[in-house]
Amino acid sequence: MGKYVVKRLILSVVTLFLVCFITFFAMNAIPGGPFNSEKAKSKAIVAVLNERYGLDKPVGVQFINYMKDVLHGDFGVSLKTGRDIAETIKIRFAVSAQLGIFAILLALAVGIVLGAVAALNRNKWPDHIIIFFVTLFTAMPSFVMASFLLLIFCIQLQIIPVWSTTSRNYLLPVIALSLSPMAYITRLTKTSMLDVLGQDYIRTAKAKGVSPKKILFVHALRNSMIPVITYVGPLTASILTGSLVVENIFTIGGLGSQFVESITNRDYTMIMGVTIFLAFIMITMNFLSDLLYKVVDPRIKLE
Amino acid sequence: MAENYDIPVPKKSFLSLQVDPKMFEKATDDEKRQQDVMAESTTFFKDGMRRLMKNPLAVMSMIILAVVILILIFAPIVVPYDYDEIITVEGVRDKGAANLAPFEYSEKEQSYMEQYGVSIFPHIFGTDELCRDYFIRVVYGTRVSLMVGVFASIMVLIIGTIYGAISGYMGGKVDMVMMRIVDIIYSLPDLLIIILLSVVFKETLDFSKVPIIGKLGTNMVSMFIVFGLLYWVSMARLVRGEILGIKQNEYVLAAKSMGASSARIIRKHILPNCLSVIIIMTAQEIPTAIFTESYLSFLGLGVALPMPSLGSLANAARSGMQSTPWKLVFPAVAIILVVLAFNLIGDAMRDAFDPKLKQ
Repeated sequence: MGKYVVKRLILSVVTLFLVCFITFFAMNAIPGGPFNSEKAKSKAIVAVLNERYGLDKPVGVQFINYMKDVLHGDFGVSLKTGRDIAETIKIRFAVSAQLGIFAILLALAVGIVLGAVAALNRNKWPDHIIIFFVTLFTAMPSFVMASFLLLIFCIQLQIIPVWSTTSRNYLLPVIALSLSPMAYITRLTKTSMLDVLGQDYIRTAKAKGVSPKKILFVHALRNSMIPVITYVGPLTASILTGSLVVENIFTIGGLGSQFVESITNRDYTMIMGVTIFLAFIMITMNFLSDLLYKVVDPRIKLE
Repeated sequence: MAENYDIPVPKKSFLSLQVDPKMFEKATDDEKRQQDVMAESTTFFKDGMRRLMKNPLAVMSMIILAVVILILIFAPIVVPYDYDEIITVEGVRDKGAANLAPFEYSEKEQSYMEQYGVSIFPHIFGTDELCRDYFIRVVYGTRVSLMVGVFASIMVLIIGTIYGAISGYMGGKVDMVMMRIVDIIYSLPDLLIIILLSVVFKETLDFSKVPIIGKLGTNMVSMFIVFGLLYWVSMARLVRGEILGIKQNEYVLAAKSMGASSARIIRKHILPNCLSVIIIMTAQEIPTAIFTESYLSFLGLGVALPMPSLGSLANAARSGMQSTPWKLVFPAVAIILVVLAFNLIGDAMRDAFDPKLKQ
């Protein structure tokens, strides 16, 4: 176990470092520094500014300095607004995290229930209906889903107000974010549930006269949720990237819309900071879900 | 042997299992016929395709895709508008033709038709805010999305297969190093990197002079580069896994002992055997690529204007969602239809080619 954890940890750290590396050098490849735009400044001022921010040093040294800062939680300041990036991420991510956690919970809860229902009613009408919607939702990109929800519920039916300053209305964005992962979880649960229901120990339990309810909740559901655990990592990634567009559509001031904003504004330091931060969360979640998977299922061989 | 039946066979030992041909009856013609192979011999691929064709959903998806592709090919020939053409009446720009509903004509067009008694080709999906025919824009958008999907997955196919084949065939240390690289790339957050590199390439590369690529824009080039860099890893993993299994077969050993080179063994013996898996994976890769493209276009990092793509059309339609909701619906439905068809075909193929599901 210890060996596996270390191996997996090293992989995660290397990946994260690679993300930082790519981000830094990609952003550095863009011609023009932060101080030679807009208003013409005298060369002396630019030189002083460059020295002040360490931009006169070779790129390698700049990278090391940047990495040192990042490790201390300092992402520098935004090129456009001059605000502290770490601070901005903190404020914006609080909003996104709230949204994301709701979406993850909704996707997991509904997905597992629907998957179990579909598996128990295999080839009957509930199964067909669930699989129909699951297939439809997996073919819908998150922005289509979000736009449709907005179109149907806010504009056509006018059940939910489009703009609301008094209360944050998270219902539609949460649904938009969670539908496609939910569809995936449903599929995953259904397959693993069918697999588990065919196992010998289920037959033994049935033969012993255990009630069907107990078989389902105690014996089957627990084991069929194991593959779902591995999906928690990718689930986080999909919800975070989905939030880029969904937050934009529903005009929620989270990290996603901040990222899109900084892309359109060409705010390179901000792009760097947010990319590294998002990558950190995704990689950490992947790491944790992999570990959890090994812990939960003792049948998995630990290499 | 038949003529020797009457010659008695000398007995060697009473323990010997040697049988006496006289004790056997000759097979009748009827019995001989029972041994005939009735079914035509099929290959693994043919067998899978036969089962695929029995799946009604897959057949329906194929028909839908075929219809969509036919529309994509013939619509630009039939429809007299172009994707960046602003509607004109008698050579004058028709300013009233903005945001028309499907099959609606502008006032100028109506008076023109009444005056001359001719009919103008209808705007099947209406027009957009810049007075361009929306149907043809959706057609071109679908074209772009579909082409990006197909080419990206072909690229993934080539890189992934070569990489996976080498890694799986070589084994040992080479395999170890190559697979660690795959592990790292696999755990990179791909969409983030794509967005990042799109931003960078947008600033640093200039393809506007290159014929076809110039029209699609630098963003598409960067997307392809990123696809080539990142998305091939799952294909490589799959091919490697397949090859590790196939490599153990006797015919590979036989080929090796006859002095066949590694390249020949991979090409002639191993790759054909994992062909079906590779095809299925490619079919499943297409919707992923279409998703990524539309996602990037939606963020404004996709194809260059005025070339439309389904993602950018949907994004542009958002601003007028209240008054012109159909402009969102058409590209969105196009994405769903195409992706759904590919998904269903991919799933059906996986089921059809899975030996475990064979009856």
